[in-house]
Amino acid sequence: MNTMVTAMREPGWRKPSVLPGFGLGMGITIFWMGLIILLPLAFLVWHSSNQSLDDFVQAALLDRRVLHAYWISLSSSVVAAVINTVLGTIVAWTLVRYRFPGHRLLDAMVDLPFALPTAVSGIALTSLLAGNGALGQWLEQAGIRVAFTQLGIIAALTLITMPFVVRSVQPAVENLQHELEEVAASMGASRITILRQIVLPTLLPSILTGMTLAFARALGEYGSVIFIAGNLPFRTEIAPLLIVIKLEQFDYMGATAIATTIMIVSLLLLLLINSMLAWQRRRGQGN
Amino acid sequence: MNSCKIKSALSLLLAAVVLNGCSNDGSDDSVKILNVSYDPTREFYQEVNPLFAGHLRQQTGTDVIIQQSHGGSGSQARAVIDGLEADVVTLALSYDIDSIHDKARVISADWEQDFPYDSAPYTSTIVFLVRKGNPLGISDWPDIIKPGVEVITPNPKTSGGARWNYLAAWGYAWRNAPAGSSDSERDAAAREFVRKLYRNVPILDRGARAATNTFVQRGIGDVFLAWENEAILSIESLGPDEVEIVVPSLSILAEPKVAVVDAVVDKKGTRSIAEAYLQFLYTEQAQLLAAKHHFRPRSDEALAAYSNKFPTLELFTVAEQFGSFAMAQKIHFNDGGEFDQIYQPQP
Repeated sequence: MNTMVTAMREPGWRKPSVLPGFGLGMGITIFWMGLIILLPLAFLVWHSSNQSLDDFVQAALLDRRVLHAYWISLSSSVVAAVINTVLGTIVAWTLVRYRFPGHRLLDAMVDLPFALPTAVSGIALTSLLAGNGALGQWLEQAGIRVAFTQLGIIAALTLITMPFVVRSVQPAVENLQHELEEVAASMGASRITILRQIVLPTLLPSILTGMTLAFARALGEYGSVIFIAGNLPFRTEIAPLLIVIKLEQFDYMGATAIATTIMIVSLLLLLLINSMLAWQRRRGQGN
Repeated sequence: MNSCKIKSALSLLLAAVVLNGCSNDGSDDSVKILNVSYDPTREFYQEVNPLFAGHLRQQTGTDVIIQQSHGGSGSQARAVIDGLEADVVTLALSYDIDSIHDKARVISADWEQDFPYDSAPYTSTIVFLVRKGNPLGISDWPDIIKPGVEVITPNPKTSGGARWNYLAAWGYAWRNAPAGSSDSERDAAAREFVRKLYRNVPILDRGARAATNTFVQRGIGDVFLAWENEAILSIESLGPDEVEIVVPSLSILAEPKVAVVDAVVDKKGTRSIAEAYLQFLYTEQAQLLAAKHHFRPRSDEALAAYSNKFPTLELFTVAEQFGSFAMAQKIHFNDGGEFDQIYQPQP
């Protein structure tokens, strides 16, 4: 569905569209994006421009503790996004392709991590995974500590970002043409071949979209992680926590420096992935 | 009038964003003042406010509605800096109120002189919570830095309240250094002491609530460093079968501070009421309420009435040990300070 909309919109740029309402739609889009996204972010950048470049670099790029926190945030977010990409795609597939008792309930449950206050998710996960928790005590016996380690951070991020992949991939699975798979099967293609040649390439754009969303969300997540991380400097301290720490010292400049850095990195990554998607789409159309 | 109330509620909710609250536009002859406070004082002020309203009506015939806002002390201070129109602030640290002066200039520099006891109408101290029966036999500060003892205390970088825990430990070690030590030797002893202490801290929770959760619900840790009022409260709510309080031989006098926000009261014309409100905190009835809600009162009568709740122990103040909270903040808690040094990887 996602791809359909884009495909319809793209020619509109080049030649007059048969669809009415382009001017109005574009106007509302620019206004709304400006109001809700650009204005607050512009304030952030404006705020951080009050400091000298040296101070900015010192606060956001040279402090070893800050760098370590970026690394923790970045690596945990990547791992969480990858886990969700694999498992979330399977969940989406299952929810669309099969009907079973409790199907609707399971489908509705996917959105729960969105609906819950993130602190609730964090506290629930910590209860479960701490050394005296239902799951944590077994893991601890096996020598695996989850709560208050980076594994805990990854667990929280995975929980929080799960819906992104499922909800992105679901419509794509719904739009998959059954006939193609049947034709391929009747022509003797094995199940693996069908999956690799037909199903995955069709789903890929929405899988990547879901992964990007999950990753971007994970990078900024604070509320749930803070309960399970342990927050020890150089070990389990995430970048958003450092922002809070700076604010707690009324160091607005330092906080905006880190926030701006995270924002720029996120924006670059999103741009990169989006242009990869666009490239892949063009290639797909060319074939 | 109703729409005015709704507006007020909304403005409280959106306080950080919306700068204009509901002004007294004459449709209602009661005066509204906003008390921006921190979390553990909620129940205390809920009881003080109606008492003060009655007192003011009797004295001057004015009806006052006192709105309360509670949150972390630091975030509340930031809300006021960002424009939340508080008539008075009643926060956990003088540093937070100093910062409102520094960043927003809405409070005068010498605010601490405006009310008795350096504008700290009630106090508390730092005590230990241990598991029922005190299985490790913890009785004083040296017991909690022994290897293998797990100590739960929030991150002093994010929790204003937890800075008192750190300062209490520092002050204890400083004052108990061998007789005849120089100041720098005492500093070194204190530094070593807090290093050992934080080596025993497995998790740095963001705030007091999260740390309480870790200690009580997660069952992690042997000792929980807590404000006395919070410690008594958690025993009240948990029952005496879970945890018990150990009072160390020496601790810090934690002084939550109060101040009138000059710029706001002058604009709204509420100065006299705001000042009367804070003055009221020193009256016998308010002092008794403070003691009831586990804060140590300044008044001797109120203290005597609750003497079994507040054991006597030697207390030192921030001013005596560190000069001022602002100085302690700079040396110990700001970036690169003593606390950060604890966690710097050894080269």
